[in-house]
Amino acid sequence: MALDRWIALVILMICLAYGYAAFFTMDAGLAPFMKRNPIWPSTFPKILSVLSVLTALSILLGLEKGAADPKPMDINYRRLTDYKLGQALALLGLMVAYALLLRPLGFLLSTIGFLSVGAVILGERRFHILLPVAAAAAGIVWYLVQVVLGIFLSPWPVFLTNGG
Amino acid sequence: MLEGILIGLGTAFSITNILMVIGGCLIGTFIGMLPGLGPMSIIAIMIPVAISIGDPSAALILLAGVYYGAIFGGSTSSILINAPGVASTVATSFDGYPLARQGKAGKALTVAAISSFCGGTIGAILLMVFAPALASVALLFHSAEYFALMVVGLSAIAAFAGSGQVGKALLMTLLGLIMATVGEGALFNMPRFTMGIMDLQSGFGFITLAMAMFALPEAIYLVLDPSRSAQGGEGGEIKDLRITRDEARTIAPVIGRQSIQGFLIGVLPGAGATIASFLGYAVERNIATKEEQEEFGKGSLKGLAAPETANNAACTGSFVPLLTLGIPGSGTTAILLGALIALNVTPGPRLMLDDPQIFWAVIISMYLGNLILLILNLPLIPYIAKVLAVPRTFLIPFILFFTLMGAYIGQNNATELLILVGLGVCATVLRFADYPLAPLLIGFILGSMLENNFARALQLYDGLGFILERPMTLGLLALAVILVVLPSYRARRARLRAEGVADAD
Repeated sequence: MALDRWIALVILMICLAYGYAAFFTMDAGLAPFMKRNPIWPSTFPKILSVLSVLTALSILLGLEKGAADPKPMDINYRRLTDYKLGQALALLGLMVAYALLLRPLGFLLSTIGFLSVGAVILGERRFHILLPVAAAAAGIVWYLVQVVLGIFLSPWPVFLTNGG
Repeated sequence: MLEGILIGLGTAFSITNILMVIGGCLIGTFIGMLPGLGPMSIIAIMIPVAISIGDPSAALILLAGVYYGAIFGGSTSSILINAPGVASTVATSFDGYPLARQGKAGKALTVAAISSFCGGTIGAILLMVFAPALASVALLFHSAEYFALMVVGLSAIAAFAGSGQVGKALLMTLLGLIMATVGEGALFNMPRFTMGIMDLQSGFGFITLAMAMFALPEAIYLVLDPSRSAQGGEGGEIKDLRITRDEARTIAPVIGRQSIQGFLIGVLPGAGATIASFLGYAVERNIATKEEQEEFGKGSLKGLAAPETANNAACTGSFVPLLTLGIPGSGTTAILLGALIALNVTPGPRLMLDDPQIFWAVIISMYLGNLILLILNLPLIPYIAKVLAVPRTFLIPFILFFTLMGAYIGQNNATELLILVGLGVCATVLRFADYPLAPLLIGFILGSMLENNFARALQLYDGLGFILERPMTLGLLALAVILVVLPSYRARRARLRAEGVADAD
C-alpha cells in the first residue's frame, strides 16, 4: 500500500474517533436550555466527521486515480535513506532540545548552542566564524524581541536570575 | 472611490507605512531569493513581527510588501542560478537562465523587473476597480450566503488542486476544519475536543500551524536534499542592465495581456501565482510567431516577460477575494487573513466601510511597493545577489531558529515549540505523499467563521430551512458540489474511454 493510502487510513481513524466523540459523548454534558437551540456544539463536528470519513474512504479505496508521475522537484520517500536523513533527524532532535532548554538555560545560551550545533550537524567546521556569528545573531534577535517588540525573553540561565 | 483613494494616500504615505513598504520589500526580496523558502514561509515568520506592530494597516502593508518582494526575489535566483526560490518563478527560469548563460543576465533582470513592475501596477489598478464593486455586491449577503460562499471557496481550492489530487485536497481542507473546532470557541463557551489537555484549551495556534505546515517542511526538505539549495553560481557577471527600444516594443504587448490574464487567474480561489505564470508562458508561446516560438526556452525575452508579469499580477489579484469577501484563495492570503484576525480586523465586505483606511492604504501601498522594488532591484541587484553565496550550513540553522522564534513569540510558551515540531513532522510526511498543505491551513483559518455563519443561519431559520428558502444559498451550495464532483467525474470518464480504446485495439 502506498504512503498516501496509509495516511488516509490514519486520518480515517482520527476522523472516526472525532466522529464518535461528536455523535455519542459530547452532548451528554449539554445544559438543558441549550438543547432547545437548533444548533448544538456538536452539530458542525458531526457534519465534518461524516464528510471527512467519506473522503478518507474514497482515497483509501483508490476511487480517484490520478497522474502517478512524481514531480522532479519532490523527494521520493521510498528512497529516503538516499537523502541526508540522519542530519534531518538530528536537527529535529535539536529543535526539541531547544524547546526543552529554552527556559532553564536562558535565551542567549540556548540560541548560541542551537545555531552552532545545527551548523556543525550540517558539516560546518569553521568555528572561528561560526561562534561569533551565532553569538551576534542571538544578541541581535534578543535585542529586537525584548526591546523593540517589547516581548519578555529571559536571557540568562535560571540559576543566575534567582528563579526569575 | 476618490474619497477612499485620498484616505489611502493619507495613510500609506505616513513615515511609518513608507518604512513598512520599504522594509517588507527588502526582506521579501532577500529571503525570496534564497532557494527553498517560499512566500508562505517568509510571511509566516514575519507574522509575529507584524502583529506586535499593533496597527493593522501597517501590518498588512508590511506583509503584502514581503509577499510581492518574495515573488520578485525568487525571479532573481531563477535567472542567475537556475534555482527558483519560489514555485511561481519556476517558469521564469525557462528563458531567464539561458539569457544569463549567454552573458545577458543584466538584460534579463531588467526585463524581469520591468515586467513585474507593470504586472503589479496594472494589477493594483484592476484591484482598485474590482474590489469595491465586488464588496458592494457582497454587502447584500446574509450569513446563509456567507456560509455557502465559504463552502464554494473551500471546494474550489480542492477542485483546482489538479488531477488525482481533488480527494486529497478535500481531505486536507476537512482536517483543517476539524482542527479549527478544537478548543474553546466563541460560539458555545465550552471547550471541545481538548481531551483534557490544558494546552489545547485555546485551540491550535494559527502561527504555529502556519510554521509547521510551510516553513518547517521546507527546511527539512532543504536538509534532506542538498541539491535543492545548490549554489550554481555560474550565472556570470551582471552588467549592461539596459534594454533597447525594440526589445521594449516586443515585450510591451506581452506585459499588457499577461497583466490582465494573471490578475484574473489570481482572483480565482485555488489558482494563484504559480498557475498564472505557467499559463502565461504557455499562452504567449502559442500565440507567438513561428520564429519567436523557436526562441522560447533558449532565451526569449517574451518568454521571460510573460511569467514575470503574470505572477505579480496574480499576486495582486489574490487580494480581491481576501479584501472583499474575507475568503482567502491561496495559502499565502490565508496567512494574511489569519494575521488580520489576530489584529482584530475582520476582512470582508464591511472592511471597506468600517476600516476604509486599511483597505485603501494596502492598495495604495502596492503602487509604492512596486515602485520601490523597481528602484531597489535595478541598481542594487548585483549586491543583493551576494546573499545567494551564504552557505547552507549557516542558512538552515537560521531558518529553523526563526521558525521556532515565530511560534515562541506568538505564544510565549515552550510547549508550543514541541507542538510545532510534532506538527512539522506530520506535515513533512503529508508532503512526501503529495498531500497539499495549503488547503489545511485555509480550512483551519476559515473554520470558525464557517461555523459561526452556519450557526447564525440555523438560528435565524430555526433549522436547515435556509438552504431551500434562499435560492442564492442553494445555488452556491450546488455549485460547490459540482466543483468537487466534476473533476473526478471527468477524469473517470476519460480513463474509461481510454481503457475502451485500448480494448478495441
